Amino acid sequence: MAEAVMSPWQKRWTALRYVVGENPLSLAAFLLFATFVLLALVGPWLAPFDALTSNVGTPLAPPSLKYWFGTDALGRDILSRVVVAARLDLGIAVAAVSISVLIGGLAGACAGFFGGWTDRIVGRLSDTIMAFPLFVLAMGIVAAMGNTVANIVLATAIINLPFYIRVARAESGVLRNTGFVEAARLAGNSEARLLFYHIIPNILPPMTVQVSLNMGWAILNAAGLSFIGLGVRPPAAEWGIMVAEGAQYIVSGEWWIALFPGAVLMLAVFCFNLLGDSLRDLVDPRRRT
Amino acid sequence: MVSTILKRLVGSIPNLIGVVVVTFLLTRALPGDPAAFFAGPAGTAEAVQEIRKKLGLDKSMPEQFVVYVRDLTRGDWGTSLGTGQPVLTEIAMRLPASVELTLCALLLAVSVAVPLGILAATRPGSWIDHLCRGITTAGVSLPTFFTGLLLAYFFYFLLGWAPSPLGRLDPYLSTPPHVSGFYLIDSLIARDLAAFVGAIKQLILPTITLALFVLAPLARMTRASMLGVLSADFIRTARAAGLAPTTVLFTYAFRNALLPVMTTLGMVFSFLLGSNVLVEKVFAWPGIGTFAIEALVASDYAAVQGFVLTMALLYVFLNLAIDIAYGLVDPRMRVDG
Repeated sequence: MAEAVMSPWQKRWTALRYVVGENPLSLAAFLLFATFVLLALVGPWLAPFDALTSNVGTPLAPPSLKYWFGTDALGRDILSRVVVAARLDLGIAVAAVSISVLIGGLAGACAGFFGGWTDRIVGRLSDTIMAFPLFVLAMGIVAAMGNTVANIVLATAIINLPFYIRVARAESGVLRNTGFVEAARLAGNSEARLLFYHIIPNILPPMTVQVSLNMGWAILNAAGLSFIGLGVRPPAAEWGIMVAEGAQYIVSGEWWIALFPGAVLMLAVFCFNLLGDSLRDLVDPRRRT
Repeated sequence: MVSTILKRLVGSIPNLIGVVVVTFLLTRALPGDPAAFFAGPAGTAEAVQEIRKKLGLDKSMPEQFVVYVRDLTRGDWGTSLGTGQPVLTEIAMRLPASVELTLCALLLAVSVAVPLGILAATRPGSWIDHLCRGITTAGVSLPTFFTGLLLAYFFYFLLGWAPSPLGRLDPYLSTPPHVSGFYLIDSLIARDLAAFVGAIKQLILPTITLALFVLAPLARMTRASMLGVLSADFIRTARAAGLAPTTVLFTYAFRNALLPVMTTLGMVFSFLLGSNVLVEKVFAWPGIGTFAIEALVASDYAAVQGFVLTMALLYVFLNLAIDIAYGLVDPRMRVDG
C-alpha cells in the first residue's frame, strides 16, 4: 500500500489546519495580527485625519459618523490617532524583542553549549535581572538612562532577556549531547561552527514560540511605561499615552478618549497571546495546557 | 527546620548583592554629570569640582561602591528633591499603602484562581474549563491601567456603587491613628467602623484591577498541575482503594499540585509589584508607586532609586518567603535541609 509521502511543508500545513480547526480563535487571531501589521505599515495613509492636528473637530465630541471614535480634549480625531499609533507601539515591541532574542539567544546558546564559566556568568546575569520586579527595573533603567523612546526599547529588551536566555540555554544544553552534534564534531567541525550551524538553527523553533508568547507582554510593558509618562512624548500618538490623556476625563463621563486606544491595545496584546499559544501547539504539542 | 530557613537565607544573598550592584550602576548611569546638575546652571567649574569631591564622585568606582553600600546600610538613601525629606522616610511613610493593596489583591487572586483551576482540572472540556481558559488568556492581555479606568467608569460614574477613585479614604472620614499603617488594621484597632468600611470601599476597585491581572498565571498553573497530578498512578490507587473523592482531591492531589503553583508565585509577585505602580496612578493611591511616578516626572533620581531598591528588596524577601514556605509544604525539602 503506497502511503502518501508528505514533505515537511505539507506536514506543517496539515498541522496548521488541524490547530486552526481545533481552535477557530487561532484563525481570528491570525486575521487580527494581519490587520495590525497592515495598520503599522500603512496606518498614516489610512487615517481619515491628521493624527497630530488639533481642532479637526469640536473638542471632546462623542463618537459620531464623522469621528468614529470621537475627539479628544484638543479636538484631535481619536480614530486617526489610534490607527497611527500602531506603528509606534508595535515598532517599540518588535525592536525590543529583536534585541532580546539576538543577545539573549546567543548568550543562552553559548551558556548551554559551552557550560562552565560562560554558563555561570550568563546564569548570574539572568538571575540578577530576575531578582527585580521586571516593570520596576524597566522604570529604573529609563529613569537612569534618560527619558527617550530608544531607552524604552532598551529597558523592555533588558527585562525580556532572561526568558530567551532560559529557553536557549535549556535547548542547547540538551542538543550538545545529541548524536548529530557529536557526529559533526567527529567530522572535524570547529566548536564555533557547531554552535552556529548545528545548535542555533535547531533552537530557533522554541525561540520563535517564546517570541510570540512574549510580544504581547512587551507591548503591555512599553504602553505601561508611556502611561506613567516615560518614553513617548505627549503630542505623539501612542496607545498608553492616549489612555493616560483620557484618564482624567473618564470620571466625568467622557469615556471614548481612553476606551478606544485602551481597547485596541488590549486587542493587540490578546491577538499576540492567542497567536503565541497556537504557535506553541504547532511547534510543541506536548506543552499544550 | 531552622537550618532550612538559614540555607534559604544564604541562598538569597547573591540576589541581594546583584540588586545592590545594579541599583549602584543605575545611579552612575545618570544622564549628564550629577555634580553639574547639583551645581545648577550658574555653577562655576570650581563649584562643580567642589561638589564632585563632596559627593565622592572623584573616587574610583569600587571606592564609590563601598561608600554607596555603607550609606545604604546606615539608612542614608539620599534626599528627595521634590519634598526635601530623606528618601527612606518618604518611602517608609508610603509603603504600607502599597503593601496593603498588593496583599489584598494577592489574597483575592489566590482565592479565585485556585478553586477555578481545580474545578477546571477536575472537569476538563466542561464550560468551567472553557471559562478558565478564556479568563487566563484574556487576563494576561489586560493592560492593568486600562481595566482600572474601565472599572472606575462603570462602578463610579455609571452605577455610583464605588466611591470616587481617589486615595485610600474619603476626605470627610478621619484617618485612623497610625499603628501599622494598614488602614484596615488601624481602623479596627481604633474601633472606628466607619473608617474600616470606608477603607474597604476604596480598596475594592484597585484590588480587583490588580487581582484580575495576576489571576491568569495562577489559574493556569493550578489547572495544569492539578491535571498532571490527577492522572498520576497514586491517585488511581487512592481512588481504587475507595477513598472519598474529596479526600483524594484535596489531601492527595491538591497538596502535590500546590508545589508548581507556589513556584509561579514568584512570577506573580513580579507582576503584582510592577502593575501596582500603574494601578496606584489610576486610583491616585498614595503609595510608593505614585511617589515614584512623581519623582520620575520631576527627575528626582534619589527618590526613583530608593523606590527601585525598595521594590527589589521587597521582591527578594517575598521570594525568600516562598522558598521557605515551599520547604514547609514539601517534606522532601525538609529531609534535605
